[in-house]
Parts: sequence; structure tokens; C-alpha cells
Amino acid sequence: MKKMNIYMTGVGGQGIGMLSEILVRAVNYAGYKLKAVDTHGLAQRGGIVVSQLRIGDGINSPLIESGDADLVISLERHEALRAMNSMLKNGGTLVWYDTSWQPLSVRTGQDAEVRSDDVSSVALKKNVRNLRVYRDNLPDTRMQNITLLSEIIKNSLISGLELSHCEKAMKELMNEKLFVRNLAVLKD
Amino acid sequence: MINYGELLLRKESFSEIVIGNTAIVRAMIESGVRVVTSYPGSPTPEIATAIATIPVEKRPFYFEFSTNEKIATEIAYGASVNGHLSCVFFKSVGLNVAADTLVQLGHMNLIGGMVIVIGDDPGAHSSQNEQDNRHIAKLAYIPVLEPSSPSEIYTYFKAAAKLSKEKNMPVILRLTTHTCHQKELVNFDAFEPQHVDNTPLFDRSNGPYIPITASVFPMKRRALSRLNEVASDKFLKDLNVFINNNSKKGIITAGTTYLSVMDVLESVPDKPDIFKLALVYPLQLDDIVEFINLHDEVKILEELDNVIEQEIKTAAFDKGVKCSIKGKTDPEDFVGEYTPDKVREILSRDWPDIVKPAEKNSNDKPVPARPPQLCPGCGHRSAFYAIKKALKESDIKVGDIGCHTLGFLPPYNMVELLMSMGASTGIASGLALFNKTRKVVCFLGDSTFFHAGAAGIVNAIFNKHNITLILMENGTTAMTGHQEHPATGRNFDEITEKIPVKQMLEGMGVHKILEVDTYHQKKLTEAVIEAVNYEGFSVVIAKHPCMLKFMKAQKRKSDAPLKQVKIDQVLCDRSNECINSFACPSFYRNPDGSITINKDLCIGDGSCIQTCPVTAIKY
Repeated sequence: MKKMNIYMTGVGGQGIGMLSEILVRAVNYAGYKLKAVDTHGLAQRGGIVVSQLRIGDGINSPLIESGDADLVISLERHEALRAMNSMLKNGGTLVWYDTSWQPLSVRTGQDAEVRSDDVSSVALKKNVRNLRVYRDNLPDTRMQNITLLSEIIKNSLISGLELSHCEKAMKELMNEKLFVRNLAVLKD
Repeated sequence: MINYGELLLRKESFSEIVIGNTAIVRAMIESGVRVVTSYPGSPTPEIATAIATIPVEKRPFYFEFSTNEKIATEIAYGASVNGHLSCVFFKSVGLNVAADTLVQLGHMNLIGGMVIVIGDDPGAHSSQNEQDNRHIAKLAYIPVLEPSSPSEIYTYFKAAAKLSKEKNMPVILRLTTHTCHQKELVNFDAFEPQHVDNTPLFDRSNGPYIPITASVFPMKRRALSRLNEVASDKFLKDLNVFINNNSKKGIITAGTTYLSVMDVLESVPDKPDIFKLALVYPLQLDDIVEFINLHDEVKILEELDNVIEQEIKTAAFDKGVKCSIKGKTDPEDFVGEYTPDKVREILSRDWPDIVKPAEKNSNDKPVPARPPQLCPGCGHRSAFYAIKKALKESDIKVGDIGCHTLGFLPPYNMVELLMSMGASTGIASGLALFNKTRKVVCFLGDSTFFHAGAAGIVNAIFNKHNITLILMENGTTAMTGHQEHPATGRNFDEITEKIPVKQMLEGMGVHKILEVDTYHQKKLTEAVIEAVNYEGFSVVIAKHPCMLKFMKAQKRKSDAPLKQVKIDQVLCDRSNECINSFACPSFYRNPDGSITINKDLCIGDGSCIQTCPVTAIKY
């Protein structure tokens, strides 16, 4: 199967680990071979958290080379731009949730906050398909990761990955209550 | 939900997507390991997370988090000389703590066998250095196996256990951050639980176990001769990977570097031959020299130090090998993880005809850096905010390892020196010598207090050092994922008697102890002023439970919405104390300069309310 490099990013505490674990299991159900790796430890305290997932035949390292990601998934606006700059291929796809967890230097006014337009303009320059996600009716902010998953499936961003694969993975990873609530978001 | 505990004990063979830290637990079970010990440290603590999925009554081995790595190693050693196959695991720098005991183990007759699992951290993702522990393995005469993936962690652990039992010697399984946390589908074998024998088999005639005087040389000779046997072990040879591309060029590599090499060479038409070593100490030099002799040019690609390179070049010199052997040529070759990016950089430099360099990324719009920070509601934030008010800029602040280390970051700048676990009191004591003008304050976490901090405190009392220790008591081992410690009242499996920090300090003879909840910021400021003005050794226990742990427990109990704070925009005079000095990440600066609350982040702890000079922060 054709190779695909998926780079997931966000801020510690946003639920990247769960999103990554769902995708890892779901692409397995979709019939892909895979290698993956998550950030653990120190960075989880409010720093940048990254999960990498490489799918297809003949993959060795779980680490994606710079500028070699086909798909970047970001749970946060600053991190969307950062990952697009360093990891995304020209002509790749960016799917990101439009929330801003301001880094300290932005809160103190030393640096400008990244705006949604900044993401769009760089995407245009790099010929990147730019999918911004935002939902104002989310029952819980911790479900922002599932809205991105929903966008990935709706737009068939991972060929062969279907809702049923994700549903099966979520059932394995969540208790019944969480599963029901997150599934509703996934299907919304 | 998936039941990992059931999977790990399953008798039939199965396949599952797991991280390396989970795969290793199945290998322990299949190998018949009876005792496992550890002290938490990245990248290894998830091994314990996997162990915890097996209910204690079904767990086929004893597990404990010991108070530090040295004690963990000693328990595993004690179990092994009593006939039980044991395993100890810890992080890279944890080996330094264990070293005093560990360097002796290669000399001992470990009748039960013992596997030492080290989580090295190339790239220093969560450690204070990148130390290459192959050096210490050499110093201690202990063989090292180095897997590259979860599947190899599983098979190499079993090989290490087998070798250790056969030769009654310790064997190191050297993991790295990106083998521990790598995920893939692993095929696990079927197994039949073996009958266990709890008879204490310790017998001093299996020794000597007393490494002094006349026994030292014979024990050392035995260690060296066992290493020689390992260097020609047929079973271990079978773990090596040889990829023949009919090339006159060859690459010798090991561990995750092998994965990077394979990916970088994927699109290369004329691929070099590849020899991946499973055993990185001692080297099986006959096979390596044979490989080298087949080639005109061989590149050795190894992460961190040139350990393999030095040995191979020595052997090549002795055997009069003609082939050109290229190792590390630049100091940068010793630095950082050998990711595919790094391997491409090195190979395109050394073999530009074969490997192309990466295209440079255009960085059109730089993004502000995002260093890690204390969580919303963290008691350490209140502590640093309050303590800063008690100290002069010129006072010297020494930090220790743990979440509170993050106090080095702006705007607090409350940690100016950092070394290793428990080092802060000793360093502070040294800074206080001849020093009449600048107060010296040191910090220590509660888990670290038990780990290696107590000895420095006893010394400060014994030798009358004039320093103030601020003990940041959050009731857990927070940074590594909330493990219990001796003052929490629980061990890994059950309720246990608390060993309270304050009572220990009193028992040691500390006369000046002040205890304040860090959310009482004014009281904490006053306590620190009082303590630093005390002549002699003083302690402030700055306590507040870890709010990350607390909130996780709360969310499990109730779905009720959080009572978050808000900012009264009429009262707010934009002094920005909340964002510039208190600096909770929940504050949000709007384009017009007004401050609001990020509802994704605020946990409603309210510790910020007291920081606002015009009382604009309220519920």
C-alpha cells in the first residue's frame, strides 16, 4: 500500500495522545501496516506534543523526515503553522482546530499571536489544502480532537479509512459513557 | 475497552499494537521473571503502567517502585542470588544512581539471572544529558543488547533473560526514548506458565559474594571470561541482521539508527550492504571483520558516542584490514538523536554520490516558541510567585529535578542551577560558604526528597550549613506520571503507612520548619522571609496537591461544569500582573490588550484571584 506520513501536533493536555491512539488502531483496521510514536514526559506539561504515524508498506522508522508529512493534524493554531512550516510537504494537507493556546511570549505581548489568516497565507504559498475546523456547539473542549477525526473521514484524507474503523478503535480505548459522547461528535 | 492485563497474560499467541514499554512486559512474563523493580523516569515509566493493567493477584511477578534506582537494583540482585530471575528498569541518568551497586554485578554469580533495562535518552527529550550508557556497561563488564523496535524489545528481552540465566550474569537491554515509545503491531508467542519455586536458594558456596581482598581478581577474571563467551555466542549471532545489496560499500549500525538508515536509503538505487548488530557490547568481532573485509569502504553509524567505532577500528588494525572505515568525523556527529533527518545529513556529507541532502524548508512565518510550563492551578506557580516576593534578585536559587524545575523559566526565574536528583541541598551548602551577602535557597520535590534528597539535608544539619530548603510537596511523583512515593500512604499495590516528610525532617533534627499551603501566597512570602533570616538550616514546606492529578480524579467523579474565573473588564486597570508575573496559561491577551480567560484551560482553582491588585479577577 502507498506510504503516507501523518504528523499530529498540539499542546500538552489537548488530547493528542488519544487522537493518535485512535488513528493508529483505525488505520490498522483499514488494512495498513504502520509505525507510530508519541511524545511523553516533560513536554506534556504545556509544551508542544507531537505524534507521528507512518502507514503503508516498507516503513522502518516511526519518525517522519522534515518536510515529508503528507498530512498535518493540529489541535491548535500556533502549532498548525509551526508544523506546516517544518513538516508538511508542499501540496500536502493541513487539518487543524482553530483554538489558540497562547505561548507565554504572546500573552506577555512580546510576540504577535498567530492569526487564522497567517495559516491561510502560508498554506496558499505552499499549495497546501487548508481545512480549518471549529465547532461552537461542542459539549466538552476535550472533544476537539474528535472533530478533527470527523473532518479526516468526511474528506477521505486517509484513503480507505472509514468511520467504522474509528468507531471500533474508540470502543477499545474509551469507557462506554465517553464512547457514546465522542461517537456523537464523530458522526456530527 | 481493551484489557491489556488479560492480553499480557494470554496463553495463546496473539498480535497487538503496543508501545515498546508494553511489549517488554509480555517478554518478562514469557521469560519467567519473578521480581521487577524500578524508580520512575522517562522514557521507561510506562513499563509500570503496563504492569499495573495486570491485577496484583494475577501478576506472575513481584513489582515495586523502590525509593531510588540503586535500591531497585539491589532488590533485583538480592532476588537473583536467591534463585529468582529478576529485572530492574530505569532511565539513563538513573544508572548513575544505581552505579555503585551495578558496577559490581558483572563480577557476581547471579544464579537466577538478571536483566537490567535502561532507557537512554538520545536527544535529551526528558533528561539533563544524553549520556551513552554503553560506556558504563563496558566499565561494569555487562553485555548490552540494543533493540530498534517494540518487536525487537520483545525478542531481545527474552534473549537477554535466556543468556543471563545460562551464564548467571547480568545482561543490559538498552532501550532509547524512541524504542520505548514506538508503536507497532507485535506478534506475541504462545506460552505455558512454568511451575514456580519459591525456595530461597541463596548459598554462599555459589559465591564468592564478598568482593574484597583475595576474591577481587578471580571475580574480575570470571567477568572477563564470561564476556569472551558472549562475544562468540551463536544464539546471539542469529539476532543480527545482514542485508546484502552486492555493494562494495557497507554500513554497520544498531538500534533505531538502523531504522533511519533503512528509510534514508529507500529511494537510493545503489544501496550499501548493511550489518545491524544486536549485541553492541561485547562486539562479535569475527563476524564484523568478515563483513568489513568484503567491502572497500565501511561507514559506522551509531548514535551518541563512538563506542562501536573504537572497538571495530582496533580490531581492524590488529587484523590488518585494508578497507577504509569511516566513523564520526565531526563533533556534531556525537550530538542528538540519529533520526532519519540526521542520518541523511551524515550520509549525504560522507557519501554525496549516494545520498542527497534534504531540501531546505522555507520558514515563511516564524512561530513563537512554546517551552513547557506549569499546569493551570499548579501549586508551584503560586509558590514561585510568592517566594519571588520574599527574595532579593541577588539571592541564589538552586533547583532540583521534578515539575518545579520549570520554575527556571520566565517570568519566575526562580531556579538558577540544576544538576541531578537530590543535588540541590549539597550545591546550596557549597554556595553558602564564605557567603555573608547573598541568601541561598534550594528547592526539592517530595519524591526526590526520599530518592536522594535526605542525605544532603542530613549533611546540612550535621555540618551547620546556613541555607533554606523549600520543600515543594505536591503529594506525588508528578513529572513522570503520578507515581506513589513513601509519603503518599500507598505503594504500587496497596495502602501502606505514610512516612511524612515533616516528621522525617523533625527526626533528623531540623529546628526551623515552616509549613504553608502554597495557595496562601502572602503567608508563604512571610514564611520564606522568616526562614531565610534564620541563622542555620531552615525548611519551608510549600505544599499543595498536584492539580493535574486532582483534576483527573475530579473529572472521573463528576461531569459538573467547572466554576471558572472571569475578569471584570471595568475594574481591570491593565497592570497585567496576572499575565506578566503570575503567568497562568489560562489568561488570554486579546488584540486590544484586554485580558480574558481561556475557557479550554481554566480549572477554576482561583489561585490567581489574590494576585490582582485591583481585584478584577473573580468567580
